[in-house]
Amino acid sequence: MLIDVHAHFLHDRTPRADWQARNASRLSAGERVGISIHIASILGSWGAASPTYFPSPADVRYANDFLLALQHRHPARVRGYVAVNPNYTDEALGEITRCLDAGMIGIKLAASRRADDPLLDPICRLAAERGVPILHHVWQHRRRDYPGQEASDARELGALAARHPEVRFLLAHIGGGGDWLHSLPILRSLPNVFVDLSGSGVDGGMLEACLDAVGVERLVWGCDLTIETGWAKLRYLEHLLPSDELERVRWRNAAGIFPPDAFPAD
Amino acid sequence: MRVDVNAFVGSYPYRRVPGTSPEALVAAMDRTGLDQAWVTHLPGVFWRDPTEGNAWLLECARRHPRLLPVPAVHPGLATWRDTLRQALEAKAPAVRADPTFYGIDPAGAAMRQLAAACGEADVPLALAVRFEDGRQRHPNDHAAELPAAAVRALIRSDARVRLLVTHADRPFIEEVHFGSTPAEAARMWWDICWIWGPPEDHLQTLLGTIGSARFVLGTGQPLRLPENAGAKLDLLDLSAGDRAAIECGNARALRDG
Repeated sequence: MLIDVHAHFLHDRTPRADWQARNASRLSAGERVGISIHIASILGSWGAASPTYFPSPADVRYANDFLLALQHRHPARVRGYVAVNPNYTDEALGEITRCLDAGMIGIKLAASRRADDPLLDPICRLAAERGVPILHHVWQHRRRDYPGQEASDARELGALAARHPEVRFLLAHIGGGGDWLHSLPILRSLPNVFVDLSGSGVDGGMLEACLDAVGVERLVWGCDLTIETGWAKLRYLEHLLPSDELERVRWRNAAGIFPPDAFPAD
Repeated sequence: MRVDVNAFVGSYPYRRVPGTSPEALVAAMDRTGLDQAWVTHLPGVFWRDPTEGNAWLLECARRHPRLLPVPAVHPGLATWRDTLRQALEAKAPAVRADPTFYGIDPAGAAMRQLAAACGEADVPLALAVRFEDGRQRHPNDHAAELPAAAVRALIRSDARVRLLVTHADRPFIEEVHFGSTPAEAARMWWDICWIWGPPEDHLQTLLGTIGSARFVLGTGQPLRLPENAGAKLDLLDLSAGDRAAIECGNARALRDG
């Protein structure tokens, strides 16, 4: 069993003419790597009709519907995070309820609103009520604001996680660019934050630092935009960890974070 | 036979990196099925005189025959021609210069002289676009990334020079390759360490548009996990011939001219 906790798909209203090829490539590469389940999100229209990180409620809804359809087409392979823009509180809460009822298993928050903003609190309360985790996009040590996103870093996600200790958070793509050495020490004292290993970064020493900071119990495997880097980290972990600990990273930790009926029984 | 044309020994100044000793590098090669590595002294890249790391590098290569030395040459130093001669005497498969880290113009007169001398000596010149993701570099690590325009300028500056460019991504490679004549492009080789695999499939695209002959296996280890290069190749539907070329044959063509 191998669970990718951080995947994305595209749809026909995104700016990418090759969207079908990219979706097919993810699934076929996943077969080769042995990915059992891709837990994915679609970020609105990926910029076509509203910004990727500030998606309109209409784009959010279309993307989530597309992902639900994809999940139904690939029931053995695909699971969904419902992605929302917390600036539209009522719509976000309604969309979360609608998509979880329809079979999605988590919530994706990207960069529409800073993670420590009180506007995220109602979403976290709903996550707690429904027993689903929140995957939060993180810029590892954001030293300034970047155009096109209101990114958060680990300190800000940590503030949110401290306010909602009953919610499980996934700090997105520790290898996704930015200073991961800034993020990891913040997570030591936050037992409800898990480290998603995805991202294009395959830095020597990063996995050892993750293990040192949060232990094998709080590492979850993923790919995001580059499946080969996910596979590389997995291959390195095979060398670094005994088999029982490797199983935790491959899927057991993820299985403990998501609702009990989210995946096929072990 | 699998050859890693992009490896380093020695510590990195901006963060702790495990596995930087020659022995650890050889162990990582064993772990990942690499037979040979072209190796540069990593801390020297950041020294005022990067060639001061070359002696230790050559000694490492003597002790570990699977490590082939790629000594640094700083064309802004008065002794650079002696350094190049010593590299040739050591049968280095290439020499390396990282001009933005040395603080010199990457396409200036000194680099053009070095390119010409490498062409004359029939030895490839290796250059790195970057060593780390720009978003994670140390706040005091200000050296610019190697500009694509500099690579185009260097390949045009001498009709014989052969370039090995490491840590380049797809846009960089496309800009330089298609901004060069076919004859110029045939004198450049690209390592695969920074090129994305699926689902974006940048490497697969480049192999289709540019051809497998221009690409060589490189890892960037120990700054990057060497497992990445193998995983990337394993995700391609390559013919045995193309895979062997990327893993070894193209590096041989680069070295031998």
